[in-house]
Amino acid sequence: MKAWLSGLINGRSAVIGIPYVWLLVFFLFPFLIVMKISVSEMDGVVFKDLVSVTDDAISLTLKFSNYIFITQDDLYFTTYLSSIKYAAVTTALCLILGYPFAYFMARAKPTVQPALLMLVMLPFWTSFLLRVYAWKGLLSENGWVYDAITGIGLDQWLAAGGLISSPGQLMNSPFSLVLGMTYTYLPFMILPLYSNLSKMDLRLLEAATDLGATPFVAFWTITVPLSKAGIIAGSMLVLIPCVGEFVIPELLGGPQTLMIGRVLWDEFFSNNDWPMASTVAVVMVLLILVPLAIFNKYQAEANEVRQ
Amino acid sequence: MSLPPTTQPGSAVDPAGYLSIRGLVKDFDGYKAVNNISLDIAKGEIFALLGSSGCGKSTLLRMLAGFETPTAGSIVLNGRDLSTMPPYERPMNMMFQSYALFPHLTVWDNIAFGLRRAKMPRDEIAAQVDAMLKLVQLGKFAQRKPHQLSGGQQQRVALARSLAKKPQLLLLDEPLGALDKKLREETQIELVNIIENVGVTCVMVTHDQEEAMTMASRLAVMSEGRFLQVGAPGDIYETPATRFVADFIGNVNLMEGTLSDDQVDHVIIDCADCRHYVGHGITGTEGMAVTVALRPEKIRIGRDLLPPQDGEPEGGLNRVQGTVKDLSYFGSFTVYHLALASGMVLKISASNTERHRADELTWGDSAWASWSPDAHVVLTA
Amino acid sequence: MKGSAFNRWFGAGWMTMGFVFLYLPILALVVFSFNDSPVPNLWRGFTLKWYSALAADDEMISAFMLSMKVAFFTACASLVLGTLAAFALVKYSRFSGRTLFSGMVNAPLVMPEVIVGLSLLLMLVSVQRALGFPERGSLTIWMGHLLLGMAYATVVIQARLKELNPQLEEAAMDLGARPWQVFTLVTLPMISQSLMSAWLLTFTLSLDDVVLSAFLSGPGSTTLPLVIFSRARLGLNPTVNAVATMIVVVVAIGVVLASYFIARAERNRTLEIAQANRA
Repeated sequence: MKAWLSGLINGRSAVIGIPYVWLLVFFLFPFLIVMKISVSEMDGVVFKDLVSVTDDAISLTLKFSNYIFITQDDLYFTTYLSSIKYAAVTTALCLILGYPFAYFMARAKPTVQPALLMLVMLPFWTSFLLRVYAWKGLLSENGWVYDAITGIGLDQWLAAGGLISSPGQLMNSPFSLVLGMTYTYLPFMILPLYSNLSKMDLRLLEAATDLGATPFVAFWTITVPLSKAGIIAGSMLVLIPCVGEFVIPELLGGPQTLMIGRVLWDEFFSNNDWPMASTVAVVMVLLILVPLAIFNKYQAEANEVRQ
Repeated sequence: MSLPPTTQPGSAVDPAGYLSIRGLVKDFDGYKAVNNISLDIAKGEIFALLGSSGCGKSTLLRMLAGFETPTAGSIVLNGRDLSTMPPYERPMNMMFQSYALFPHLTVWDNIAFGLRRAKMPRDEIAAQVDAMLKLVQLGKFAQRKPHQLSGGQQQRVALARSLAKKPQLLLLDEPLGALDKKLREETQIELVNIIENVGVTCVMVTHDQEEAMTMASRLAVMSEGRFLQVGAPGDIYETPATRFVADFIGNVNLMEGTLSDDQVDHVIIDCADCRHYVGHGITGTEGMAVTVALRPEKIRIGRDLLPPQDGEPEGGLNRVQGTVKDLSYFGSFTVYHLALASGMVLKISASNTERHRADELTWGDSAWASWSPDAHVVLTA
Repeated sequence: MKGSAFNRWFGAGWMTMGFVFLYLPILALVVFSFNDSPVPNLWRGFTLKWYSALAADDEMISAFMLSMKVAFFTACASLVLGTLAAFALVKYSRFSGRTLFSGMVNAPLVMPEVIVGLSLLLMLVSVQRALGFPERGSLTIWMGHLLLGMAYATVVIQARLKELNPQLEEAAMDLGARPWQVFTLVTLPMISQSLMSAWLLTFTLSLDDVVLSAFLSGPGSTTLPLVIFSRARLGLNPTVNAVATMIVVVVAIGVVLASYFIARAERNRTLEIAQANRA
């Protein structure tokens, strides 16, 4: 008994322990360091210690000025708000465009579905950077989409709505940013939705219509509530990363589109202000804490072990 | 005659049998799935653990196999204490409910799996695998993969695989659960034949009474982690120890009554609708509350009251009149639900021995039910 | 509902528009890589000169080699860590700190990369200050990619592991296989397909990563996406189109082949099962 149990325990400790320790060291510990640095003073390129001993007295030097600065400075506040706004709009668009897509994919003939899935996945496997770059081309002068939009006069509407700075300037605008983000994150919305919808028991809809519901009513009272888990998963997979997006705002956004990811990058790479960048990061994490918790709860429930 | 609901060792075998379980307990955070089980099984027996889901039979089987560690108690097989041995060292093999055939291996490799782990020489493995395939008559399918076999064929592979290592004990987990009715009947007999042919001792777990009674030489009725009764199928069916067992196995009519006349060779019990004449003595006192258990097939039903047969007393005992409230036609027999004066419904099962009877009973008819003095089981528990 | 003609047409139409939306940029990339003009959007004629320019583009080529190297090691290491984490989550339903563990494993899936990159870098710098190691370079990039890759690998492997019939592993033990043998002889063969797709997924992710690489790279260690990113920031550049087209072609061939083989295997399997049940 002892030999077998200790063998089992050792195996178990290794299986749990190795990834656990790795994550603690490379994921959790760095966060703690970020928090520490956000309240540290920077002395040239070295950080002063938080705890120092001078004349037999231990003093704790915490510099909260960065946090105070963030809350007081209009620009930071506006940028955080703006990031959340763009992320929310992108999520909504992904949901509106992606839900019907996933729905019809799930209802297609079973023999066709794997091919459809493959077609959705294929762009995902090609570099996202390159595809975002491609939109740069499509939306610049003489690009295909540029010609299409200006051709039908849609740009007048977009300018009127404040989505682009002026007719003919499709690039580096809120419009191009949201378009780019929606494009990139659409598969992240479609896949969980498809996974959820394709597993739905169609006999439930048959029962509903048998009891007198029209297809329209059945859709809203049965299909949509049952796909709630997929909607939440997809939304979190889009919302959370979008808040901190950097590459897409950098390539497709402009001076009008304030995104906190770019602010963090600039603080770090351009200003070399590491404590400030850390503060920005900590506040960003606090912002996404609630959606993060929702996502984690969903993952835990979805991965419940069958007993 | 009622028996106290304690565990019993096997009647005509060694006090310590081939498989000997003592005081086995499995405690899951305060919930005792197996609560102090003791049992002896003789070599070559086919023993069934019968009970509904949640009674602990599967936990007990898994403890025998080694997939659960007992909280207390011991398991001794052929003189060796296995209680703490890991499953891969135990000299017993299990046939799983889902068959658990390795999908990436052929039938041949599935059967050879255990032999290879035992590091048998190559030619011996080949000989044994071929022998097993012959035993279950699947020689032609040796190179197929499990998904290329039908359900019944998969089961035979699972059986062959579990017998390949010539285990000292074979464990069967709901062996016929996955098969449909017709296949089940054929397979029951086949399975028992193979097991008896090989001569291996067998413990099986099932919730299906028919399966337990046809296949096992002895069985135990289990509920809430305890044995309620252990014995041969006939004993348990005809002489259940408690109300629960009587009701669990087959169908039964239970009537509450009072012991009104206690003699050495017979007793009389008064019930709400009738009086019972039981043709043997029981341990008890007059005025005691008892339950009379009467199996549906032991009751005769007819339009007219039949005169008492040999040995039956006069005086309206062992008979009652009622109205046919309902009847279920099963082809070879019919079950009548006879409503009695007190509101109780008596279930009576009658074989349809004649094809078309002119005076067949139907709904609403008035009818007489009667039974002989040895048809009862009197229960006090 | 199924069967309604309107639904079928609407659905087909919506999906077609969706696919056009998804593939339009890819098409544009490919088309304009053959455009004989420094400005990609105005078509002037067919040429292969951007591809020959690529062949001489040392910066791009060395970046590509580095990316491939890092991606390979990321994929391999992600597989190991991901398998361990997936096992921990599926096999052991109760262990202390499980919620934290599960949270840490899943978080990199959604956490904005700027946060992950920054925090990892700051930690590595602190460690370097204290221990003199590691220097920023391909090793640190690998560490960052591994964090992300492990999260994705865990999700993929976990999904497959959950589906496995636990009685299969019990049967193996019952027949005499020790725990390690159970893993290698039964579990591993059955999750092999998900291991393969986890490897490919993490390889692609690493190859494509911009932000983590930017934070964690050092002098002399530039990855392909970083080169492309810096060029793309400056404006439209046909050599980028050429690289893109090559990647698209390789990926497309790979995905189509893989899907074809998987679909064929599935079809054969279904046929065999149907035959068996008729027998």
